[in-house]
Amino acid sequence: MSTRLATGGRLLDTGRAVNFTFNGKRLRGHVGDTLASALLANDQMLVGRSFKYHRPRGIVASGAEEPNALVGLGSGARFEPNQRVTTTELFDGLSANSQNHWPSLDFDVGAINAKLGRFMPAGFYYKMFIHPRPFWKHVYEPFIRHAAGLGKAPKDRDGDRYEHFYAFTDVLVIGGGVAGLQSALCAAQSGAKVMVLEQTAHWGGRAPVDGGTVDGAPVEAFIEGIIAKLQDMPNVTLRNRCMGAGVYDHGYALGYERITDHAPDVDAPRHRLWRIRASQIITATGAIERPLSFAGNDIPGVMLAAAVRDYAVNYGVSIGDRTVVVTNNDDAYRTAITLKNLGLDIPAILDARASGGGALADEARALGIRVENGKAIASVKGGKRVTGVAICAQAGEGAVLEEINCDAVAMSGGWSPVVHLWSHCGGKLIWDAERAHFRPDASKPPLGATGEGFVIVAGAANGAGDLAATLADADAAGKAAATASGHKPKNVAAPQGSASDEAPLLPVWLMPQGAGINLRMKSWLDYQNDVKVSDVQLAAREGFESVEHAKRYTTLGMATDQGKLSNINGLAILSDALNQPIPQTGTTTFRPPYTPISLAAIGGEARGEIFQPLRKTPIHGWHEENGAHFEPVGQWRRPYCYPRGEESHRDAVSREINQTRGALGLLDASTLGKIIVKGPDAGKFLDMLYTNMMSTLKPGRCRYGLMCNENGFLMDDGVVARIDEDTFLCHTTTGGAEAIHGHMEDWLQCEWWDWKVYTANVTEQYAQIAVVGPKARAVLEKLTEDDLSAEGLSFMGWKDLTLAGMPARAYRISFSGELSYEIAVPASYGRALWDALLEAGGEFDVMPYGTEGLHVMRAEKGFIMIGDETDGTVIPQDLNMQWAISKKKDDYLGKRAQERSHMADPKRWKLVGLETLDGSVLPDGAYATAAGHNANGQRETQGRVTSTYYSPTLGRGIAMGLVLDGPDRMGDVIEIPKVDGGIVKARIVDPIFFDKDGEKQNV
Amino acid sequence: MLILECPCCGVRGEETEFHGGGEAHIKRFGPGSSDEEFQGYLFAKENPKGVHFERWRHNNGCGKWFLAARDTMTLEVYGTYSAQTHEPPKHIREAITAKRPGWTWREFS
Amino acid sequence: MSNAVSALAGASYDGFARIEDQGLHGMITLRGDLASKEVKAAVKAATGLAVPGQRQALSGSDTAALWMSPDELLLMCPYGDVAATLAKIEKALAGQHFLVVNVSDARTFLRISGAGAREVLAKLCPVDLSPEAFTPGMFRRTRMAQVPAAFWLDEAGAFHLICFRSVADYAFNLLKTSAKPGGEVGYFA
Repeated sequence: MSTRLATGGRLLDTGRAVNFTFNGKRLRGHVGDTLASALLANDQMLVGRSFKYHRPRGIVASGAEEPNALVGLGSGARFEPNQRVTTTELFDGLSANSQNHWPSLDFDVGAINAKLGRFMPAGFYYKMFIHPRPFWKHVYEPFIRHAAGLGKAPKDRDGDRYEHFYAFTDVLVIGGGVAGLQSALCAAQSGAKVMVLEQTAHWGGRAPVDGGTVDGAPVEAFIEGIIAKLQDMPNVTLRNRCMGAGVYDHGYALGYERITDHAPDVDAPRHRLWRIRASQIITATGAIERPLSFAGNDIPGVMLAAAVRDYAVNYGVSIGDRTVVVTNNDDAYRTAITLKNLGLDIPAILDARASGGGALADEARALGIRVENGKAIASVKGGKRVTGVAICAQAGEGAVLEEINCDAVAMSGGWSPVVHLWSHCGGKLIWDAERAHFRPDASKPPLGATGEGFVIVAGAANGAGDLAATLADADAAGKAAATASGHKPKNVAAPQGSASDEAPLLPVWLMPQGAGINLRMKSWLDYQNDVKVSDVQLAAREGFESVEHAKRYTTLGMATDQGKLSNINGLAILSDALNQPIPQTGTTTFRPPYTPISLAAIGGEARGEIFQPLRKTPIHGWHEENGAHFEPVGQWRRPYCYPRGEESHRDAVSREINQTRGALGLLDASTLGKIIVKGPDAGKFLDMLYTNMMSTLKPGRCRYGLMCNENGFLMDDGVVARIDEDTFLCHTTTGGAEAIHGHMEDWLQCEWWDWKVYTANVTEQYAQIAVVGPKARAVLEKLTEDDLSAEGLSFMGWKDLTLAGMPARAYRISFSGELSYEIAVPASYGRALWDALLEAGGEFDVMPYGTEGLHVMRAEKGFIMIGDETDGTVIPQDLNMQWAISKKKDDYLGKRAQERSHMADPKRWKLVGLETLDGSVLPDGAYATAAGHNANGQRETQGRVTSTYYSPTLGRGIAMGLVLDGPDRMGDVIEIPKVDGGIVKARIVDPIFFDKDGEKQNV
Repeated sequence: MLILECPCCGVRGEETEFHGGGEAHIKRFGPGSSDEEFQGYLFAKENPKGVHFERWRHNNGCGKWFLAARDTMTLEVYGTYSAQTHEPPKHIREAITAKRPGWTWREFS
Repeated sequence: MSNAVSALAGASYDGFARIEDQGLHGMITLRGDLASKEVKAAVKAATGLAVPGQRQALSGSDTAALWMSPDELLLMCPYGDVAATLAKIEKALAGQHFLVVNVSDARTFLRISGAGAREVLAKLCPVDLSPEAFTPGMFRRTRMAQVPAAFWLDEAGAFHLICFRSVADYAFNLLKTSAKPGGEVGYFA
């Protein structure tokens, strides 16, 4: 069993106990524990079930690479699934629950899959569930959905806060081990601004556990010293609990800082996403130990050798009383020696190398440990916990030589440099045959904005084997980064780390070498995804020869750990099956993030009321106070209608329209775009932008205009007012203001840069209120001395005036067919004007109306709406708006395109009104059918509905649509199918349904 | 995420401050042009693997358009320059030649 | 003129930096040839200040001249002085090709002060706000979370920030969230 030792635990504060629960069981650990070390100290080795076969799984690693020990943490608004116990710091009150089992961790029904394992090889789901097709939706998919998935999705809204932070630095060092710290110091001594990220709570990485000396002193003292130096330097920032998550183009990197994961009671952001821009990035990300592939290597109690050592040294935890060490390299001997020195039993070290190890092996033997060269594990005994190992010769097929009782197995298959961050942005790798790993190819780094490399690798991440090599490499990396970021490195001698005399590693991809299928089917490569040696071999036999295909077919290296343990072993097996060298197989692509980061951290501050900008007019507050039902228009929220009491939206819209047509309505039109265009060439410029002639407009007058893009399609419309000889004010649609201003500037800056025109977007300078209805003039006259009579301000004119004591401009324009004035005042007066109009309009029973009322009234008048009648494929000619296209102009944007054969095709659908025979409202967007079927067997069509409303004015449904030969077919009846299968018959009519002669607005 | 230097305001900013505007140095064809000319102007765009010339707008900054010479494969930015020109300036062309001898793009080299 | 109200109506928030609405100020967009003697004279007449250099903010006692782009300035003056200031500019630029327009009501104007001011902005804007990189008198137009914004730093260490009026609530809430106690980063310390 695993237990807490009486001594040791360099990271623990043994005087301070911490209480936590696992699956409801109350347990105790110490300050400084990870959840993993605390569980192990309580003999909780079994922590979860595997993804596919629901096999019992225990903790296998001690860091970010852990594939098995994923738990759900917390509850309610703070529940989070798939948290690695090895990177979860223990805190008082932590509650963890295991995943992927039913009904309990110890007894799991799904484990039957393990018994069926031989029938569920790689590709099983693909092959099994493909036929019969109809089964997919109702039988297979629900079953797979129920069975699959890692952990449960949280149900409650996240209770924490998150944020981003933009940082800029000369040198970013990712990794706070000795390599990272030394390279940071070296770079910082040049004067460069340096930032160091360390994913754990501690500095120094593995070095304190692995031991060694620097300049003759223990490495721990070196770490303390260098941290003190770095902390004193004003140009250095150190952040721990902050993982370098990804490296991106042009020196961009993400840091994922976990601020309160270990202290949830602190009122602070939970995670902070650092958005860092660095001139140079040093990846000092260390290395990860590889498992060995032998039968039963997933049984709880089989652990990476270095992890066993970590738990003993850092947390004073023994994984078992009797630990068999199995290795192909010297490093694992350190584990044996450490445990032996702590008084624990090491029944044997099984070294797959026939020639055995170096100095560390001698040291182990001197401690009396049995060392067996050329030996391997044939199989591990036990179910939910290791009970022993059967040993065999590595060279053979697994004939058992001996069985050894033990309760833990420490395995080491060698070390793989963490090349992820080097590779994220395109850094290339080379295969180091001697050490049997991929490491960065320093001659092919990721390239930055200048075309030069911007990532430098240091230390174990670069394949450095011992402290001497690591520190020398880090020193060189720091100096190179300083130079590349424009600084001159100080000529300071690098600290001297101790060297170790290690015998070469023997690449061992399968144990024993000739393992038969029965062993290979129990030799796990990827613990998290239940991929075995036999699965990868099957994939190769079935033709999945590309490593990327084999990954997807077998799921090797997928999910939360992304193959940190399994990658190299898996592609070595694949290479072997394909009879090709490992470099030829290559690796799968390393993509950020290094380990999963929270979605909320990516979202940052963008949640709740600041999820996205919500644009408000100066009158927004009144709308809210008066129960407006809002609709989004771009980022604006505009009142759709103002329901009263229990009134339905449709009734509210009808009431608002009736009152406006009968007496007086008000519309908050502040969102309309307003752009000033000024200069000697302003008229010429607007003649190019609009299809009609704007240069002939007289000051004081307004003209409605259409704007097309160079494709000829309608993009915007609005009323242009000429302010003076040089100055125009162009109104745009609500959604179009920024885009149209950008469009204008594009043509002025990039095509006609010699034209003398300036523009300014003054959309937000003004609040604009449409005062609409037969009483519009009467109410305004109450508020002004200025002449607003039919002569004083005629239709399509504008004038400046003082209204309710405010500086205002009145445009006599109408989008409703009523007598109408749009009044603009500075935005700061907007609410005051609205209030004044409501008060003055009281005697006329004034009613504000919303966007739906606006839409219905414009449709009753046959006015088009950009986005309804247009969809990016409609030209003005389709809308019978030839009247708005100047024949006199040689050129305007879109003119040439409108001459293209398809644009001039008489068979283009044209705008008409549609009137249902039964008075009902046509479905929006519905198509009118024609005789026959097209090549796809669908009904032919002859038109579609573009706008459709209930008209309270006419007491029935009205619509506009684009119809084949429409204007020539007045009176024809077309059929429009509904979604429910019925058909509505509609008559083609003039789109102007109301007041054709404009008598109401021309008063 | 790219870094671009706006030649109009001097800001060296991240991509989120900018908005890409497609290919640069396109000659406009209007009324009177042939179908081929107009089609070429509107639809025929370069899609090189390597040296490319693009329009960018500093929309979350000074609002100005500018042009960039960029490598679509390595993402190297050879330089940014004024939009008020019909061809890449000499110093930009030389900067590209220094890195990619023999490059061509439309009629430029 | 008592009817005129700023979008945030004087709101303020005290977190690890202070965020406050600066109320209504006169703001004038001036576009023209910034190198011309006429524009220099106009800016002088309007604000008492020189034409600011690229990305520079010049401040007077109750005026400011802000460099928006190579052909655009934003001039600030007391809200009540806008009409008179516009007249001065128009007079100084008579006969020139220019555009001058009152935009006093188009924006919200905020002040971010206190020791944490740099950090509050650095959470929202992709700009190097370290003391060595961003110094008093610099003017920067950029992106603040999801909206365009511009800010400058005064000699007293306070930031002045402008963005469009319609997103005043969004901007204020962004800054408030950013300045919430507990969110101190300690990066510029």
